[in-house]
Amino acid sequence: MGRVVLVTGVSRGLGGRFARRIAADPSVDRVIGVDVVPPRGDLGTVAFVRADIRNPVIAKVIAGEDVDTVVHLSVLAYGDRAARGGRSAMKEHNVIGTMQLLAACQQATGLERLVVRSSAAVYGSSSRDPAMFTEDMGAKRLPRSGYAKDVLEVEGYVRGFARRRPDVAVTMLRAANTVGPGVSSTLTEYFRLPAVPTVLGYDARLQLLHESDLLGVLQHATLGGVHGTFNVAGDGIVMLSQAVRRLGRPSLPMPPVALGMVATASRRPRLRRMHVELDALLTFGRGLDTSRMREVLGFSPAYTTEEAFADFARSVPPGPLPRVLPALVPDAAGAGRG
Amino acid sequence: MREPGPAGGIPAGEWVQALAAAAAEVFGEDWERKAAELLAFLRRRLTGDYRVDEYGFDPEVTERLLLAAVRPLKERWFRVEVRGAENIPTSGGALVVSNHSGTVPVDGLVTMVSVHDAVGRHLRPLGADLVFRLPLIGELARKGGATLACNEDAQRMLSDGELVGVWPEGFKGIGKPFSERYKLQRFGRGGFVSAAMRTGVPIVPCSVVGAEEIYPLVGNVPALARLLGLPYLPVTPFFPWLGPLGLVPLPSKWLIEFGEPIRTDMYAQGDEGAADDPMLVFNVTDQVRETIQQTLYSLLVRRGPVFG
Repeated sequence: MGRVVLVTGVSRGLGGRFARRIAADPSVDRVIGVDVVPPRGDLGTVAFVRADIRNPVIAKVIAGEDVDTVVHLSVLAYGDRAARGGRSAMKEHNVIGTMQLLAACQQATGLERLVVRSSAAVYGSSSRDPAMFTEDMGAKRLPRSGYAKDVLEVEGYVRGFARRRPDVAVTMLRAANTVGPGVSSTLTEYFRLPAVPTVLGYDARLQLLHESDLLGVLQHATLGGVHGTFNVAGDGIVMLSQAVRRLGRPSLPMPPVALGMVATASRRPRLRRMHVELDALLTFGRGLDTSRMREVLGFSPAYTTEEAFADFARSVPPGPLPRVLPALVPDAAGAGRG
Repeated sequence: MREPGPAGGIPAGEWVQALAAAAAEVFGEDWERKAAELLAFLRRRLTGDYRVDEYGFDPEVTERLLLAAVRPLKERWFRVEVRGAENIPTSGGALVVSNHSGTVPVDGLVTMVSVHDAVGRHLRPLGADLVFRLPLIGELARKGGATLACNEDAQRMLSDGELVGVWPEGFKGIGKPFSERYKLQRFGRGGFVSAAMRTGVPIVPCSVVGAEEIYPLVGNVPALARLLGLPYLPVTPFFPWLGPLGLVPLPSKWLIEFGEPIRTDMYAQGDEGAADDPMLVFNVTDQVRETIQQTLYSLLVRRGPVFG
């Protein structure tokens, strides 16, 4: 008998794609997708249940369908469709939703695995950070608001659940910022700006994860059932200045205060919260040690940070400056003449 | 063949000749290759077609701009004499431990250039978190190969086989008054020794004479320093009195000596080993400190006049 997988957050970006992908796996019998809003695309063989994970109905679904694996993808960042109600709705969805989901999981005797998509945002970004965070390290400056704080609280509840249900293999994936042609996040919106504002006098180290590797690691974790917390990111880093140049866009270095003002004045809703979510990241950056991902979880991403960014850059319309995309333009001689 | 050029009566051929002559004037005989190299460099920088390591180290910028900018300072201004370069390991991880002085950490930059020119390796400095908090300076520090002085980063770099530089006196060293010159301050908690022990790499003591005199620190404005979040705000005989002119370092004569490496690989490695024995760590720390202090005294005698 194959696995029965419940996936939360299937109506957003990668959630639906992950549900379809896992449903195609021969070792999986059934996939149940849950979200508060109906999915935009076709979910294929995935059975969709419109339910709010903040509602105890979720417990009935888990028990009634004999779910043995829960994949929790429903931690919202700013600008997600389900988070339109503003910051308080987002926080309620993220924190209360996770609490309800975990309470339901705790009741479910047949549950064997829990996979949570967490984020490297839990490490924060500051001048006192080590170059590479390992999973045992904490943030030097704890995130006080926004998505990062939600993720931190979600992780706390998940750890509590893992203590109460030692028989369940809990895999927590701290994913680096995800990029790719199909990703719409605050960071990708930021890179799509015609001229990219940066923090004057700072150059952040960015480590990225390609969207297909995020799907890959989620599948790997769902089928593998390895207990533990893992950083997930592509190899290597790019500097923010370097990334902007690779896009062929001009960068606009400005003092942090001005950057916040630009973000607030922006017409794009995601960018309005940019300074909250990305300010520290775009100033100091963040690196992740992924040796535990390779050695214990047994997953290797297909894309390095550079390759992931190059693939994303191809989906961005070219800017006014010349650019070199490694795989498409192998010999870039002469491309520098502007 | 002569055709009228676009700029009126002057023929195109003469324009080209004049440009070639100008290029030869600027770049020397080998100007075509050098100009091509420069263009290629500019193209790579403009398109972001270069690599940095996980600490943000940018070898190209470091070699072509940072080190190249400090080199004349090292060779012409301070006339640095490097001794004991054969003590710097040419491969594998090693920890260079140096004294710190001079109000502004110029000694670190000069040591980086000296190491690079002597053995062709990049010295990777460990810096205080203040360095990375400051705009521009933090950015340049990361590009130049520096990372935060913490155990995690030190061990990571050393086990990757890098040549790491540390100035354990920190701000106590560079910010000490001129009257205390060449008196080593406390060497922190010896964290650098335990990092070396855990990774089993040799410690190379490095003594720098000359940096103490570049900006003689005669006063401090603690209130203003606190307001700016800085460890001290220096007053020298020329700064801030002469304005920007006061920023010119005095041309003291420098001697840099690399001592014999102190091995640490005989101590048990790993987390349970000698690195957690505080007594042993303090002993090795003292040994390194004493070596540097004694070398400083003998170098001072050797040097003779300060500006000689």
